[in-house]
Amino acid sequence: MKFVGVTSCPTGIAHTYMAAESLEQAAKDAGHEMIVETQGSAGSDPIPQSVIDAADAVVFAHDLPVKDAARFAGKPTIDVGVKRAISDGPGLIAQAAAAAADFKANPAKAAAAAAAAPTGGLATKVDSSASLGTQIRQWLMTGVSYMIPFVAAGGILIALGFMLATFALGKDGPVLITAYDINLPKDVAHSIMDSFNPLSLTWWAALLFRVGVAAFGFLVPALSGFIAYAIADRPGLVPGFVGGAIASTTGAGFLGGLVTGILAGLVARWISRWKVAKGVRGIMPVVVTPLLSTLIVGGLFIVVLGRPIKALMDALTNGLNGLGGGSLVILGLILGAMMGFDLGGPVNKVAYTFATTGLATVGLATDAVQYKIMAAVMAAGMVAPLALALATQLRPKLFTEPEQENGKAAWLLGASFISEGAIPFAASDPARIIPASLVGSSITGALCMAFGATSPAPHGGIWVSLLFGNIFGFLIALIVGVVVMAAIVVALKSRDRSLAAANA
Amino acid sequence: MSLISESQVILDLDYPDRHQATRALAETLVADGRCTDLDLFLSDVRKREEQMATGLPGGIGIPHARSGGITTPSLVFGRSRNGIDWGAEDGPATLIFLIAAPDGGGDAHLAILAKLARKLMRKDFRQSLSDAATAAEVVEIVEREVVNA
Repeated sequence: MKFVGVTSCPTGIAHTYMAAESLEQAAKDAGHEMIVETQGSAGSDPIPQSVIDAADAVVFAHDLPVKDAARFAGKPTIDVGVKRAISDGPGLIAQAAAAAADFKANPAKAAAAAAAAPTGGLATKVDSSASLGTQIRQWLMTGVSYMIPFVAAGGILIALGFMLATFALGKDGPVLITAYDINLPKDVAHSIMDSFNPLSLTWWAALLFRVGVAAFGFLVPALSGFIAYAIADRPGLVPGFVGGAIASTTGAGFLGGLVTGILAGLVARWISRWKVAKGVRGIMPVVVTPLLSTLIVGGLFIVVLGRPIKALMDALTNGLNGLGGGSLVILGLILGAMMGFDLGGPVNKVAYTFATTGLATVGLATDAVQYKIMAAVMAAGMVAPLALALATQLRPKLFTEPEQENGKAAWLLGASFISEGAIPFAASDPARIIPASLVGSSITGALCMAFGATSPAPHGGIWVSLLFGNIFGFLIALIVGVVVMAAIVVALKSRDRSLAAANA
Repeated sequence: MSLISESQVILDLDYPDRHQATRALAETLVADGRCTDLDLFLSDVRKREEQMATGLPGGIGIPHARSGGITTPSLVFGRSRNGIDWGAEDGPATLIFLIAAPDGGGDAHLAILAKLARKLMRKDFRQSLSDAATAAEVVEIVEREVVNA
């Protein structure tokens, strides 16, 4: 028979390799073939997928979570600690052979195992034996890792759309381009479906922008859906996605998505563990679980959380309007903090709407307060993604691999005033990223006001910088906030990392 | 790259417990400059040992750690006539391998330790170390079977 396996241990220099050797030798002695992937500190060569697919059984002898376990989904699997493989290689090989034989003898069971494979081809990073705190972090990380491609794809498309719009329509192109939409039956002149012209740069800019916006629509649903998936496996996906979509439409942003994701996962896990009559069991995964869990999560979020969120937004808006006559620097500080707090959530939205509403005033002077407010809000909203891009560049080891990748895209997103570039970082580590973002963004907001920079454009970042007044003030305010926030992120992450290491 | 020299071989390692034995083994690394911070390294080894004892069936103990106190991937070999309890279920350890890796060492460094770990599972390798008469012989076996293999 053919076996594959994975070994790992806490230090990654001894047991991992001894277990691999023990398994490979035992397999050879029993006349089988076996390849073991050693996930140790000397780096691991992943087993080619074709070899895994051809294997009859899998042996995991590990003290750390198996990396990319989804590759092995649907195979009969022996799952033990690393020491078992060292002390009893032959016993494990015999077990694997028996499991493989049993699997072949019962094709129905094999099909069921393949269908119910816990990962179903999608990977989670969850280790069910870890402490609750670690598990919550792993749930969030799973959600974030699936959200990142949406952030990167959507954000880069939007940024490219802004860039092309600047070339096509001049320096206020990024403002004009948002008038275009995919389908506007009553306004054919701006409707991409009706009037797309492949020879016109403007239309390409509009197309990139709108496709990017569509991708961004999935940020919170994907985050929420895959958090729920990490908790409850497949049953979590539907309530998680729907809950996330509702969090989006109620303006609750990614913090709302974290809530719906965890709630959906717990509810779906609870329902899918009900002991039900045989007749109902067949329709549980397809009808009952998604129906009930989605209703519960969506209903709870709208009825219970919707109102306080709306009340909060109203209160914040009134508070801001009341501040209008006070010190501009303090207003900038507060707006900056709000922009940095939830990156597209309700608090951020109040600050942004406050700024853009001011722009609508007719006949403003070029140095009007409304333009200063807009500049402060825009600069503050650029801080978090740029600071995290900087932090991942300076200290990549403090971040996971997907975060490092996201950090590269965050340069472009941040420069284009797309705060969402920071969400993957904030969603996976809110306790450290949000305080850092609050400090950095409020400094930038206050400085920007103090320098009197102005922006008549509601979005676009560097792509509308030709429209700014006092662009140097704007840049200095931005750079100071970015450096401060990056320093705080690095400090918090390294401190807690060394604390964790000391306690390990 | 040398993994072990004659001074890292103790053929009469006899201490009442594994912590004292580990200290004696680790001290041989300091003299050669392979270890620059003995206390740090010992506490790293102890941390690993407390997670789960590293004694293995067949009279083997493999205390080990990646540590900031280590400069070069190293092996210290100890042989105990009476055996030292290393936490294995089937009795005390008579062959002790202290494995020291620098923190954040390159893959090439760690690959040689991986090779060593695999060798430890080979009965003939263990037997030849058990039978070795002199420190020079132990070094020669490790060089031949691990470093130059």
